[in-house]
Amino acid sequence: MIFQFIRRAVMQGVPLLYGSTGEIITEKSGHLNLGIPGIMYMGAIGGVIGGFFFEQSGANFDLWYIRVLAVLIALFCSLLASCLMGLLYCFLTVSLRANQNVTGLALTTFGVGAGNFFGGSLIKISHADVPTVTLTKTSSCFSAHLKFVDKLAASADAGKCPKILADICSVLFSYSFLAYFSIVIALVAAHVLMKTRTGLTLRAVGENPATADAAGINVNRYKYIATCLGSMIAGLGGLYYIMDYASGVWSSDGFGDRGWLSVALVIFSLWRPNLAIIGSFLFGGLYIVHNYIPDLSMQAQELFKMSPYVMTLLVLIFVSIKEKKEALPPAHLGQNYFREER
Amino acid sequence: MTDEKKHKHVREPLIHLAKRDNLPRSKALLIRTIAIALGILITCVFGFLIIGWSPSRIVHAMLDGTFGTENRRWDLFEKTAILLCISLAVTPAFRMRFWNIGAEGQTLIACLTSAACMIKLGDKLPNPVLLLVMLVLSITAGMIWALIPAIFKAFWNTNETLFTLMMNYVATQITSYFIYIWSVPKGSGHIGIINPTTHSGWLVSIGDYPYLLNILVTIVMTITSYIYLNHCKHGYEISVVGESEKTARYIGINVKAVILRTMCISGAICGLAGFLIVSGADHTVITGSVGGLGFTAIMVSWLAKFNPLAMSFFAFMIAFLGKGAKEITTLSGLDSSFADIVTGFVIFCIIGCEFFINYKIKMRRKEAKHE
Repeated sequence: MIFQFIRRAVMQGVPLLYGSTGEIITEKSGHLNLGIPGIMYMGAIGGVIGGFFFEQSGANFDLWYIRVLAVLIALFCSLLASCLMGLLYCFLTVSLRANQNVTGLALTTFGVGAGNFFGGSLIKISHADVPTVTLTKTSSCFSAHLKFVDKLAASADAGKCPKILADICSVLFSYSFLAYFSIVIALVAAHVLMKTRTGLTLRAVGENPATADAAGINVNRYKYIATCLGSMIAGLGGLYYIMDYASGVWSSDGFGDRGWLSVALVIFSLWRPNLAIIGSFLFGGLYIVHNYIPDLSMQAQELFKMSPYVMTLLVLIFVSIKEKKEALPPAHLGQNYFREER
Repeated sequence: MTDEKKHKHVREPLIHLAKRDNLPRSKALLIRTIAIALGILITCVFGFLIIGWSPSRIVHAMLDGTFGTENRRWDLFEKTAILLCISLAVTPAFRMRFWNIGAEGQTLIACLTSAACMIKLGDKLPNPVLLLVMLVLSITAGMIWALIPAIFKAFWNTNETLFTLMMNYVATQITSYFIYIWSVPKGSGHIGIINPTTHSGWLVSIGDYPYLLNILVTIVMTITSYIYLNHCKHGYEISVVGESEKTARYIGINVKAVILRTMCISGAICGLAGFLIVSGADHTVITGSVGGLGFTAIMVSWLAKFNPLAMSFFAFMIAFLGKGAKEITTLSGLDSSFADIVTGFVIFCIIGCEFFINYKIKMRRKEAKHE
């Protein structure tokens, strides 16, 4: 029971981890990208569109290289879609210096709309002969995991090895490659941000772009790269959700408010990707804990779903009252930089 | 000699940007019109590529969906009114550079309060008293929801964007909680129309026009906020705090008091909007009662440069695009989210065009001119 709960919590947490790692990288460059929910939708629908047409082409999924190709195509389309959204955001806020909040919200409206539109009308648009958008084959490639976990579980059921061992293995090793990749990305991001020259420069750009500019740093380039990279990482969260968690079945608004939860997680983890790993699993747990409490009424479940947001609020309040420098948002978060402004 | 030579070889960048001070109004208007036209053009191209409809058919469907029948016209104006009302609500805070993106939650909590009054007091109070109680409590609820982040901003400088964003979801879940408690039939998760027979707590309709009162209230609010923001001492104080907190403190404005007062007003107008939604139009509450209007309102307010009169135009435009695009999807059988895509196209174009209003682009002059 408890092991199953942890496993589900981790699976819930992975999209949030992708989203918040991406948003942390973006925010470190001084740009508050409120378009993350839309970008995650676009990442999901990009993968779905790519996978849908590939499956429709009638490729033979028994061949291993076709399965690899299916994964690569969905990955590529997903990354492309989210990168284009990131580019649009950058172009408007960095080059054209538009208001970041407004641009971000517009991006979310657009992205969520585009995701639901294509998800809902893909069949009609492509004149395909299927009842629903269900990418079972592509999804099975994405959710492939290590086989020995299943074998161990089977042998534990047969009484050949201790149950606890099988359970621990299942909690540690039973996820798909995108889940492990999210942790790797978060760790790499944490290392790059805090331990390398590039990370130092990026933080400088977010804290005080004028000083960074005076030091000869190409501010706009850093902002562009950080935002696009962040968007692509966030988009992977959408892809993981649809391909692994939802087994390739698109449902309108199925992704829900996870995008905003990722933005909340950024605050909760104090702009540190390595803390975001723990935070995401915690949030994932809070998101589903109501399913594991016996005899919980429907209305009480709704209150439980509130807990991630309330915890984020408490962290936000606590941090701002304590005024710990390293736990505060980047100083120029949300403000555009124009060199000639006095 | 060598110095001079070096100087000659300094490369000037090809494009150089400079801030523009005051573009004539007519020119700014022209740029915005072009942007909107461009947005509609992109919509037409998109519609042609995806649905296969000709531009004239798209435009025709949009016009028919919004102005085709009398009901559609009333519906369009009602949507405009609610959106405009919430846009008016966020504006005072924005003028103060207080990025309140919590209008969604502030309105929703007011919707919930209104509905709660209708359910709990519907058969206990006469209708005029009930309406008054609903109005006062809704406004109070919206105010409290706005005041919480404002207090933290004023005293501890807590990031208001993130704070108000979180408050939206707290409001959504609280609403969801009460919907389950009051749901009819029990446990179904929706309330349905409240007091369908007695109509207690329903805003009275003037003549045969059910939405007219909503529209009239919004018109009054628009004019009031225009005067409040542009011709009152309060409005002036808000602008000064927005420009520079230090200047405000120097000339003796109590910045904390202004922040709290302004957010109270913001929340109160959101509360009013919530009351209008529940009592004047929907007669029920769902978690999607506000349906993202709180976020759309932020865009409306910003597009209009925080001018209440210009806001009425942009609110109308967004309502028109939304309803028009819905008609296209109804006719073609596609997903109704098409409306969000169209709104997105047009808003992106307007956001982009602001650049050409605020900045001048100077190209590098020819080398020969230097000699």
